[in-house]
Amino acid sequence: MAILIIAEHEGGAVASATLNTVAAAAQIGGDIHVLVAGSGVGAVAEASAKIAGVAKVLVADNAAYAHQLPENVARLVTAIVVDQQVIYSHVLAPATANGKNILPRVAAALDVDQISEIITVESPDTFKRPIYAGNAIATVQSSAAVKVITVRATGFDAVAAVGGSAHIEQLAAAHDAGLSSFVSEALAKSDRPELTAAKIVVSGGRGMQNGDNFKHLYSLADKLGAGVGASRAAVDAGFVPNDMQVGQTGKIVAPQLYIAVGISGAIQHLAGMKDSKVIVAINKDEEAPIFQVADYGLVADLFEAVPELEQAL
Amino acid sequence: MKVLVAIKRVVDFNVKVRVKADNSGVDLANVKMALNPFCEIAVEEAVRLKEQGMASEIVVVSVGPSTAQEQLRTALALGADRAILIEAADDLSSLAVAKLLKALVDKEQPQLVILGKQAIDSDNNQTGQMLAALSGYAQGTFASKVEITGDKLRVTREVDGGLQTVALNLPAIVTTDLRLNEPRYASLPNIMKAKKKPLDTVTPQALGVNTACTVTTLKVEAPASRSAGIKVKSVAELVEKLKNEAKVI
Repeated sequence: MAILIIAEHEGGAVASATLNTVAAAAQIGGDIHVLVAGSGVGAVAEASAKIAGVAKVLVADNAAYAHQLPENVARLVTAIVVDQQVIYSHVLAPATANGKNILPRVAAALDVDQISEIITVESPDTFKRPIYAGNAIATVQSSAAVKVITVRATGFDAVAAVGGSAHIEQLAAAHDAGLSSFVSEALAKSDRPELTAAKIVVSGGRGMQNGDNFKHLYSLADKLGAGVGASRAAVDAGFVPNDMQVGQTGKIVAPQLYIAVGISGAIQHLAGMKDSKVIVAINKDEEAPIFQVADYGLVADLFEAVPELEQAL
Repeated sequence: MKVLVAIKRVVDFNVKVRVKADNSGVDLANVKMALNPFCEIAVEEAVRLKEQGMASEIVVVSVGPSTAQEQLRTALALGADRAILIEAADDLSSLAVAKLLKALVDKEQPQLVILGKQAIDSDNNQTGQMLAALSGYAQGTFASKVEITGDKLRVTREVDGGLQTVALNLPAIVTTDLRLNEPRYASLPNIMKAKKKPLDTVTPQALGVNTACTVTTLKVEAPASRSAGIKVKSVAELVEKLKNEAKVI
């Protein structure tokens, strides 16, 4: 039995979500093969070969796979599974924007149902996943010949990025479906840790009042070495871009420390952060639902409390 | 250009659902139901394309129980021209829904299909991508901007690090993200008019689609609850607790 994992990578490096996905595969059991698809991904392939527990790295280095266009990458993954040179029992991808974009296309091409965002492996065919914004946890069992699954990174502790010595196999494949092309991208440039990998996250909500006021949070975050997030309300109000959104339909985070500033605590937001180890809430409304999940609540005006907190650190 | 919009009837986003005592699912008896928020954005986008003269007809479709007619009427009130209900059990898998929609795409031949990126009940985020695969069309998921330029569709997508723009051949599939638009409210005259718009009902059998599923839900449980901690009186006390009690800074 072998498991195929679609690696998430960015800027020539393996993304941390790949390591969490390898951890899920290790719990399922079987030979773990990692597929690195992209253009100019030699360094990513070598780094993937060092991930603990990986038996083989498949590299598809072709312009068609640049920018992870799903029409092309899904064809590649489907072809690898259908080819049956190796019988894959599972195909896994991290539940990142790329994983969510590509994997259902693979599942449909293979004519199997997909299981999204698992947080626990119960057995090789049984998994737990949150539904209804995390207000319920479903245990689901799959009878599909190939189980196609996205993995929520926060559910699995990352395996070591080094220590492995997998064999690297080059694939000659070049599936260009000719349906889509990359035009441009506008990626947020930040020296702060990436939200889903940060040990500390500081998030702001509607209480921040405007985008400019997020400077208080950036400043606090820089002192803590933290990532900065936001509630959907703050994104909807146009304060900050969507890639900062933490919640049911945004990013799922589970840092050591989560500081919610001016966030009321709608269930959709809690869905994205309630697995954090320690939660701090700063809000001037003492009735705010966020206090029901916070380990430490401070009822205060955030515009006084946040600078004071930064000073006190 | 004909636009097909697929919508889902789901529990209202303000409702905090409870797990049934027998762990067979969540209790939806007497719970407020609504149009899935991302589907509402999908309908709005189609209506805007029609207002701009880019779309000629908007067909809205839902796969679900007969009560989903309510949500189809809502979409008609927002500006869709006609509706189709594929009447089926509530809990079809995303793949089964995608197969049903594919059958309708074959019949209706739309140039563009718009769906919500995810339903807020099952949180799957699969149907649009699956429909794209089955149709052999390009997909622009998690869209924050959609423009038709000649025979191409330009879609700006919300990705983890920011925004990505892709050009897609038409016909294409688009799934909506939050910032694509702000849906309008249906006016009373439009709600009245919607009652007279055509709404057809078909069955999966009539479309020749097998809706069998390979995934079984064994049980549904409430998540581990998190209890409220303490209220601190000052920033100094907070810092002291974080340093000495929680030891996280």
